[in-house]
Amino acid sequence: MTTVLERPEAAVSPARPAPGRSAQRVSRWQIWAPLALYLLFTLVPFYWMLVFAFRPRGSSSLLPWPITFDNFATVWNDLGFAMFFRNSLMVGLASLVATTLIALAGGYALARYEFRGKRAFMVGMLCTQFIPGAMMLIPLFEIFRTLGLVNSLWSLVIAETVFQLPLSLILISGFIKNIPVELEQAAWVDGCGRLRGFLAVVLPLLRPALVAVGSFAFIHSWNNFLFALMFVNEQEKFTVPVGLSYTLGEFSVDFGALAAGGVVAAVPVVLVFAFIQKYLVQGMSAGAVKG
Amino acid sequence: MARATRTPYLLIAPALIAMLGFLVYPMASVVYYSLQHYNVTKPWDNGFAGLDNFRTLLFEDPLFWQSLGFSVKWVAVEVTLQLLFGLALALIVNETFVGRALSRALVFSPWAVSGVLTTGIWVLLYNPTTGVSRYLADLGLMEYGAAPLADPDTVFSAAVVAELWRGVPFFAILLLADLQSAAKELYEAASVDGASRVRRFFHITLPHLKDAIILSTLLRCVWEFNNVDLLYTLTGGGPAHATTTLPLYVASKAAQAHDFGYGSALTTAAFLILTFFSIAYLRLSKFGAKA
Repeated sequence: MTTVLERPEAAVSPARPAPGRSAQRVSRWQIWAPLALYLLFTLVPFYWMLVFAFRPRGSSSLLPWPITFDNFATVWNDLGFAMFFRNSLMVGLASLVATTLIALAGGYALARYEFRGKRAFMVGMLCTQFIPGAMMLIPLFEIFRTLGLVNSLWSLVIAETVFQLPLSLILISGFIKNIPVELEQAAWVDGCGRLRGFLAVVLPLLRPALVAVGSFAFIHSWNNFLFALMFVNEQEKFTVPVGLSYTLGEFSVDFGALAAGGVVAAVPVVLVFAFIQKYLVQGMSAGAVKG
Repeated sequence: MARATRTPYLLIAPALIAMLGFLVYPMASVVYYSLQHYNVTKPWDNGFAGLDNFRTLLFEDPLFWQSLGFSVKWVAVEVTLQLLFGLALALIVNETFVGRALSRALVFSPWAVSGVLTTGIWVLLYNPTTGVSRYLADLGLMEYGAAPLADPDTVFSAAVVAELWRGVPFFAILLLADLQSAAKELYEAASVDGASRVRRFFHITLPHLKDAIILSTLLRCVWEFNNVDLLYTLTGGGPAHATTTLPLYVASKAAQAHDFGYGSALTTAAFLILTFFSIAYLRLSKFGAKA
């Protein structure tokens, strides 16, 4: 269980070619031709959604011009996306906070203490990675019914947090292991308690890990469809993916509304993604591959 | 490492309680329900069932075998294609070229998109009146009226392409992370020795990536097997159950038929299949062994 974190400087390798390789460098078109094709495959779908969201009803232009916000007004006000957006945001933020705090405490214990049952706990966490979310619908539904949490957004917060925890714990404990314990010990010598030492020395160094764990938790919870579909039946408590699935389900789909709803669903994750994508490669290599 | 005190137990307690309560207990209760007749709409039939549910599943339910068969086909096709494209993409964006950072951000971006949103976007792209085919037909490049999602001959490929769109970045991100930890010296030495690009790929890059490939394909197999969002919203498992995966079948049993006992038996069967597959895969691929 050695989680190795690459240093950011090493991962974002400098933009100069290694000396020995320049002789055999790939020519420009060998990179650009396949890359351009793949970019087309990636971006055309996004562009299609934007065009349909912003162009007027009945237009068949492939440019979103004249630009209109009518579709957004329909989706936001009439179809309830303002409500769905608020619900999703609340679930996403609550899962983010819960996952990060619980994983921080547990990750610190795993990294800095030897205790009985630690190995069993680690193995158990890895095993949970094979528990299928879709398969847990029935028993989780029963539990939430017993707890009176069906039709409550808290059921989603709990389910999201629990499914995010194992990976987050492994990731955070890996990061903490890489912080020399001597740094903390120095703080204890200076009269700090364990908690104050942690807050003053370890926490600031954990920022990349917290960004990764927090944003994974947020994105997963923002995107989750099945739990939200099964555990929440009242329309005022729908989340964005459930709302979006209803714009799909009609017999005559309003494509403008569908596209605008899609943009509403995409904006928060795209913003988070733009913020974290530089750390994503390192976070993945630390947590998932070398875990 | 600190001595064992109560502290580490207190620190992992929240994670442990959450996972015991909402992962381990539900999993155990699935196994329990699988041995019961338990249908919310037929309470008079409820009670201990022994292996009845499993007998039904094995011998009397063609849909179980059909959905399992489709799951295997879906996972095999998706994971193979995602791996090939993801590997190619990782190799491309690992090269040094102008615009690399932006290209990476753009090609990775569908990673953050949810299954429902993917469906929304591809419904627009596939629809005969709003889709790409209509504009190609306008240019005289295609016939009008192509509807890939409605045609039983093309629905599978249509779903595969949509899932590829958001699945390839997962492999690209993970494999890029691992590529960056490959020792530059090895490549330089090979270069000096006159090894061709192709030879270097097969003798240095591929062995280096072996464990990352094994682990990421396994994680992805489990994930694709369990993933319900896209097919549930894109095809609804149709036409005529042609795209029903096992988890989709479970979800429909639980949600529409309220047959929790039988649904739990299906879940248990799926979990056993996944576990055996994972162990066999790790053994057969010699995960962790020196390449």
